[in-house]
Amino acid sequence: MKVCWFHLMPYKELPEDFREKNNSVWVDISTKNFDPERAHLMYNEFMDELEFAAAQGFDAICVNEHHSNGYGMMPSPNLIASTLARRTKDTALCVMGNSLALYNPPVRVAEEFAMLDCISGGRLIAGFPVGTPMDTCYAYGQNPSTLRARYYEAHDLVMKAWTEPDMFSFNGRYNQQRYVNAWPRPVQKPHPPVWIPGGGSVETFRWCAEMDYVYAYLSYFGYIAGEKTMMGFWDEMKKLGKDMNPYRAGFLQFVGVAETREEAMKLYKEPAEYFYGRCLHVDPKWAQPAGYVTEATIRASVNSQIAQAAANFDVAREMEGIVDKGYVIVGSPDEVAEQLRKVCTHLNVGHLMLLLQFGNMKTDLTKYNTELFAKKVLPQIRDLFDDQWEDRWWPTGLSRETAATPSPVRYRQEAAE
Amino acid sequence: MTELRERTVQVNGHPCRVWEKGEGDPIGYVPGYGGLPRWTPFLDALAEKRRVIAPSLPGFPGGIGHFDLDTHLEWVIATRDLLKDAGLDGADMVATGFGAALVADVAAIWPKSVRKLTLIGPFGLFEEDDPTFDVWALKAVNVPGIIVSNPDKFADLTRQPNDADPVDWAVQAVRANEAAARFLWPLGNTGLVKRLHRIAAPTLLVWGEEDKVIPPSYARRFEKGINGQTRTVTIGGAGHLAEIDQPDRVAKAILDFVH
Repeated sequence: MKVCWFHLMPYKELPEDFREKNNSVWVDISTKNFDPERAHLMYNEFMDELEFAAAQGFDAICVNEHHSNGYGMMPSPNLIASTLARRTKDTALCVMGNSLALYNPPVRVAEEFAMLDCISGGRLIAGFPVGTPMDTCYAYGQNPSTLRARYYEAHDLVMKAWTEPDMFSFNGRYNQQRYVNAWPRPVQKPHPPVWIPGGGSVETFRWCAEMDYVYAYLSYFGYIAGEKTMMGFWDEMKKLGKDMNPYRAGFLQFVGVAETREEAMKLYKEPAEYFYGRCLHVDPKWAQPAGYVTEATIRASVNSQIAQAAANFDVAREMEGIVDKGYVIVGSPDEVAEQLRKVCTHLNVGHLMLLLQFGNMKTDLTKYNTELFAKKVLPQIRDLFDDQWEDRWWPTGLSRETAATPSPVRYRQEAAE
Repeated sequence: MTELRERTVQVNGHPCRVWEKGEGDPIGYVPGYGGLPRWTPFLDALAEKRRVIAPSLPGFPGGIGHFDLDTHLEWVIATRDLLKDAGLDGADMVATGFGAALVADVAAIWPKSVRKLTLIGPFGLFEEDDPTFDVWALKAVNVPGIIVSNPDKFADLTRQPNDADPVDWAVQAVRANEAAARFLWPLGNTGLVKRLHRIAAPTLLVWGEEDKVIPPSYARRFEKGINGQTRTVTIGGAGHLAEIDQPDRVAKAILDFVH
């Protein structure tokens, strides 16, 4: 199994009365809540944490893209990934990802991802989300009626830019370019592995199967709420005659590990309640602009249990409920390992994506959680699936011998000392 | 008054419904938010004096094909073709909200295609310091309170008929919003302000006094821009869909105007 360390980069100092004083954490969040000098420290801590996770031996470190969002401070994950490419060595860089329809022209994604793949020596995982309505339609003003068609077209353009040996013209419905000539090109051939974050629509399951991409279910509500979606995914794979290779799937899970479960409950209470209380305070009026989901999905969901459950979804905001409902798995290393083995086996997930930093978790606690997990949980879960299945969706990269070693920086003043 | 008649015209190869009722000189109607899921008391009031022709724009109830339309030019041409094929070339036209943005453009680009023009709370313009309401960031439960002043009348307009499939009915309503978003997202600004001066038809601007979607101050912008004679009528007790809130008073104002 591959274990990936994911950072959302949440702004950590939203006030205690944030829910009462703000309409939403997303789209119209007041900039009064944002202090750039504090953000300077947060960004640097967050990047330290990602590098720390890489050094602890996680298989990948992950970043993602959000806009006008108080719990996701990465409008450009590529900026973060480029510094990680220099400061990490063997760890895969999972950029989860670039919302294709937001880039004009989308060739920009082919270029920047190719840069990342070159700088990192072929360690990039290329994530291509459609993007949430909040990010795409509201914060970025994209038309919900054309978003998906633009996304698919941008995908075709990026893939062609990576794989076509010569310059070509692209005469698309939304993108016309006489000279498409992505320069640089990715190290990985024919292209970096592609992962698609999805929200549970059958159309995306099918598309991932058809394109042979990883389907990553990135829900904040853990393994209990995610079960129906993952079972739906595997049912669809069966129907399509695909194998049950667990590496077809990625799954996000929050985890807090400590010496004992009791201690974990104490340690992770504040950051978990901060996340589910303040960070997920999103005005539902932005959940589904007309056209964002297809008519087929609306038809499928009108009578579906999943949709009804979603409509009645009552988010737990206190630690007991957060843990009972499975949003966050907490416990001693052995308990967490046992539970994760069960969850990953049951959901058949080969790419476990972990949030070991969440909410306003302090950097010391984040590192404690990360280190304890790496030392005592990782060795107990890593072997899962490896004897049965090959991960065909993992970066192939350059060997250690051929990969560059960035020189350490020595400032003139230090050198003189 | 005659019975409601229904026929279909093709727009870019997709069927669009045309409803018709009444006798006499034709008067066209292109609806706004949500389209025309049902025939309305307002149209009955017009049909007492005139032959009312109500064609459905692509994607609005009764019409499909919005997914083929990518640019504003394509939307305007589709609207022009629809009106012509529905028998409304050179006729008096009434249009509301979303639909009014397109009909105003038809009147601007083909000035002879409209005899007298009535625009009810039209979309098409946007002023940063006097913004229109974001009708695409609205929970379903809050729609009536924003779109009309009398939510019961909106409920009458959108009530599912007994013989309608509930899934189809729900999809139809979402599709109408998507179709409108397709040509108006994100601000409802179609660049119409540059073409208003080409509108030569005498124009009646009707505004619900309580319009929460397009502020009544926009009437002045339309009046200022349109070259033809303009007049503004403000309807008390009415919101954005003024003809749904106050069918008789809006119909009377229009019939007096087109007389």
